[in-house]
Amino acid sequence: MTTTYLIRNARVLGGEPTDLLLRDGIIAEIGAGLTAEGAEVIDADGLIALPGLVDLHTHLREPGREDAETVDSGTSAAALGGFTAVHAMANTDPVADTAGVVEQVWRLGREAGHCDVFPVGAVTVGLAGERLAELGAMADSAARVRVFSDDGKCVSDAVLMRRALEYVKAFDGVIAQHAQEPRLTEEAQMNEGELSGRLGLRGWPAVAEEAIIARDCLLAAHVGSRLHVCHVSTAGSVELIRWAKRNGWNVTAEACPHHLLLTDELAATYDPIYKVNPPLRSATDVEALRQGLADGTIDVVATDHAPHPHEDKDCEWQAAAFGMLGLETALSIVQQTMVDTGLLDWAGVAERMATTPAQMGRRAGHGRPIQPGAAANVVLYDPAHTHVVDPTETASLSRNTPYAGRELPGRVVATFLRGRATVLDGKLT
Amino acid sequence: MKRHLLSAADLTRSDAELVLETAEELRSLADRPIKKLPALRGRTVVNLFFEDSTRTRISFEAAAKRLSADVINFSAKGSSLSKGESLKDTALTLEAMGADAVVIRHWASGAPHLLANSGWVRSSVVNAGDGTHEHPTQALLDAFTMWRHLGSLDGRRVTIVGDVLHSRVARSNALLLQTLGAEVTLVAPPTLLPVGVEGWGVETSYDLDAALPKADAVMMLRVQRERMNAAFFPSAREYSRRYGMDARRMGTLQDHALVMHPGPMIRGMEITADVADSPRSVIVEQVTNGVAVRMAVLYLLLGGSESALGGTTDVAGDAGKDRTIEGADGSATAGGAA
Ligand SMILES: [Zn+2]
Repeated sequence: MTTTYLIRNARVLGGEPTDLLLRDGIIAEIGAGLTAEGAEVIDADGLIALPGLVDLHTHLREPGREDAETVDSGTSAAALGGFTAVHAMANTDPVADTAGVVEQVWRLGREAGHCDVFPVGAVTVGLAGERLAELGAMADSAARVRVFSDDGKCVSDAVLMRRALEYVKAFDGVIAQHAQEPRLTEEAQMNEGELSGRLGLRGWPAVAEEAIIARDCLLAAHVGSRLHVCHVSTAGSVELIRWAKRNGWNVTAEACPHHLLLTDELAATYDPIYKVNPPLRSATDVEALRQGLADGTIDVVATDHAPHPHEDKDCEWQAAAFGMLGLETALSIVQQTMVDTGLLDWAGVAERMATTPAQMGRRAGHGRPIQPGAAANVVLYDPAHTHVVDPTETASLSRNTPYAGRELPGRVVATFLRGRATVLDGKLT
Repeated sequence: MKRHLLSAADLTRSDAELVLETAEELRSLADRPIKKLPALRGRTVVNLFFEDSTRTRISFEAAAKRLSADVINFSAKGSSLSKGESLKDTALTLEAMGADAVVIRHWASGAPHLLANSGWVRSSVVNAGDGTHEHPTQALLDAFTMWRHLGSLDGRRVTIVGDVLHSRVARSNALLLQTLGAEVTLVAPPTLLPVGVEGWGVETSYDLDAALPKADAVMMLRVQRERMNAAFFPSAREYSRRYGMDARRMGTLQDHALVMHPGPMIRGMEITADVADSPRSVIVEQVTNGVAVRMAVLYLLLGGSESALGGTTDVAGDAGKDRTIEGADGSATAGGAA
């Protein structure tokens, strides 16, 4: 018997205040002046209600790097960030390239209970880019994998990519590509531009991303498959995806919060907290990503939450690991870069952070409109709150947030997963 | 002077000129029977080398010893492939030893920057070459060498030839020479010029023959033969033909023009033996000047007064009081450990 919650005066998608009754795992009623015997009442004055967020791109590190993150700690961070589901990337150790590993991750998620964990299956065995992993077995497993990715590595072989795109059509899957031409990015450290030349850090050119995206869009069109492009980072990539969509091809794309806010200028500190793959780009690229996200060229925001232990960031830039935390700050960054700038309203945020990613992952229980009868996956968010990011306060086992000391708007007050509170008063339940 | 020397860009024109003038004073020491000053007595200079460079280490070691500093040489194993000894742990060890200055050579661009800004050490940090980033004392000794031969560098044309992309020497020289008023031309095949070089304020050219007649000094950079395997150029022979300095090209230089090389040279690749050994070549003198310039840098960073040779009794004690501090956070070393 779960608690019944009566949420008073929440602004659904930023609209007029109304009451929500969450009972038996669903949104039982919506309307002004609701009453319910024995319900726990939550005063949501000034709070916005959104569908529980869905992340398409999360690195939970388990199995293999439990020193950096576990399914339990990573999903705790997710719940605190307002997420009710995350897609766990396959670059674990062992790699999630078999039904056994994806089921293990899926079960760990169920046991932790902070949010749903949908494993992403590797496209190729061991992410080695040589032969296809058993995609069908993963699709048929208890984890019901629909998103496949070698993320961390690019499926750079054109034939392999074509076959993967074709093969997953049999079970309505999608290939999520980490677009990085490997030869153009050997030992690459940061965005290639004037600054990389001055700093003496090997450049990661925009063309290395764009060349793969152009090729993959053409491949997807040729075989009539579904392509998803991970962490789009350049203005040129946005333009290519716009072109693919204009042609009616089945191509979707994601942008990461850090690429919507931060620029490559931060590399001048030589502080590897800003080292990420794909790298932080120029202010022009940031602007193009925001515009692309606003006009729907970019379909979703995905975090690319990438925890790393302290020693992998407390070293020379060149020796440091790529990646940054993102789950707990995602909604704040989106508010700052998209909502407070007038580029997106809260309905748009819900679409890009909940509805569309759930559809792309084929997860019918998530990302539903906040309506009576829908699963009670809801987040309550206070956009008027501001806070300074303190890395020691994260639920993640790692501390590699690039926002330490920054003032960010907003705060997740409560998260509900099928009517059960995973977060209340900004704290894990 | 700032407290650290991480980049040639850390030096204002007056800082750089002070280093050159101080180096000139100190250079005269080389002609004296006793080549030692008590200026840094009781101070400890650590040579922290994460990358082998016997010549640079010996140069810094000689510089520190001639100023009577205690010198600790610390070689750490490791490379971009095998991380090896951590910079942090090494730095904490040095801090415990009470180093006043850390001279660091590292395979990773930005490592000196990290060391200076991490809070791991309180000492002054001198960049002795980091990855493909900078090598500011090399640029100072190059400028010193040119200055001694050509006088003021204002309006002088310096042509730097070769693998600019991978050269920390080129980066530091481009910055420092412009600070000192010189006009810099970088000559390289297009593959060996960095993206964004337009923003450096220098001229660039792919044509060495066109650049030589106007040059007051030509600096040849080392070019590793292996670069041809990554398609930066087709062959060593073609590179030498288009960008190498040989007797014919030397013949097109103005009479006063200098030929320079930071070393170690690959004779026959970027420079022929007859050019390297010709009277125009100041390559050997660069080595001598390297010691004087590094003495000047250590002396000024560790609290030297404006005149290095003035008042040689108890210089270390006086120096702390007399020192002019221009860097924003220079106060941390004033007085120092003397
Ligand atoms: Zn990726």
